[in-house]
Amino acid sequence: MLEAVNLGCTRGDRRLFKGLNFSIQPGELIELRGANGSGKTSLLRILCGLAAPAEGEVRWDGKNIRTLGEEYSGAVAYLAHQNGVKDELSAIENLRVGCGVSGNALSTSEAQAILEQVGLSRQQNLPARSLSAGQRRRVALSRLLASKATAWILDEVLTSLDDTAIRLSRQFIGNHLSKGGLAIIATHQELDLAAERVQRIELSP
Amino acid sequence: MFGWLVWRDLILAWRRRADVLATVFFFVIVVSLFPLGIGPERETLRTIAPGVVWVAALLASMLSLGRIFGNDYQDGTLEQLLLTPQSTYLIVLGKILAQWLVSEVPLVIIAPLLGLQFGLSQNSLAIVVVSLLLGTPVLSLIGSIGAALTLGLRAANVLVALLVLPLYIPVLIFGTGAVQASIGGTSSQPYLFLLGATLVVTLVFAPWATSAALKISVE
Repeated sequence: MLEAVNLGCTRGDRRLFKGLNFSIQPGELIELRGANGSGKTSLLRILCGLAAPAEGEVRWDGKNIRTLGEEYSGAVAYLAHQNGVKDELSAIENLRVGCGVSGNALSTSEAQAILEQVGLSRQQNLPARSLSAGQRRRVALSRLLASKATAWILDEVLTSLDDTAIRLSRQFIGNHLSKGGLAIIATHQELDLAAERVQRIELSP
Repeated sequence: MFGWLVWRDLILAWRRRADVLATVFFFVIVVSLFPLGIGPERETLRTIAPGVVWVAALLASMLSLGRIFGNDYQDGTLEQLLLTPQSTYLIVLGKILAQWLVSEVPLVIIAPLLGLQFGLSQNSLAIVVVSLLLGTPVLSLIGSIGAALTLGLRAANVLVALLVLPLYIPVLIFGTGAVQASIGGTSSQPYLFLLGATLVVTLVFAPWATSAALKISVE
């Protein structure tokens, strides 16, 4: 479904990786590991189409994602290091606006249900400015839950989350995989997720 | 999707209204300084009025350019926007529309009041408003290219000014031309048509250039 062919990436003069090949089918999981600065985030950004690879290409259903454009964007959800949460908006506004902008408008009650899932129902009307780092991460997570994307590309999804939230996100990712989604996750922690197939990719500088 | 985006930017601007008010005050103060500095000679004031109002509008619109993409870039929402299944052209157009509504329309509304200080006739004041209505969207459109190109750079504000101000020159010439013509008693129509034509051309090309610049900046 999603396929990397001979991917290479350079940052300035430094080569981060080259000749990277893998493919992932629905229901499968890729765990991406590597030391800080080994190019995990760069790889994820290439996979979701934000950055262009120095060499090679990424294919979705056999087609280069650079030619698919918006069609591919609709199939991918990217959770970056930065949460993409607006300080001036409340948790529920962040969720509804985030989904509305991607053409997947939620009613207030749908949004409330999702926020309850991530444990933010009491904070839903607080401006994101006054939420803690973990709570803001949960807001980002709620956007992921609401998205209809097949491919989840997650960068350090578990950072600043507490035990409950880590358990929850594991459960969400598990559900997503069992519903025929796929996930590519950069992480330093153990994920312990059940998937049809788990591949581990180790990036070494 | 487009509606959500514009609505989002309007809400954000409302919650940070101090930024918007600062732009408007800047415009008001710059325009008002001239009559105070030059003195109450009616003829002189009337001659400089078109230039003063237009140059102040250019400078005031420069102030708000950094906000089109800057905040979204910093908190990661810009990446999320670029990853939505909608063309970057439309996203850019939505953000420019919101910026124009928030930062430029107040200038257009307040300009006739400021024009009174220069002793402009009613007819000339109307031309000031019409020319600004046609010209300020061009400023936002061209400015967005500069804003996208300098995204995330140090000293971005100075760079934007250097990049964008020369491109504002045609708008300045047509805009002031229209007002001067009406003060001189000739028809402003040719200038307004030229402004309109500039608007159409930039409306087609600027968002496209801005999308390309954004993709480079985000990468």
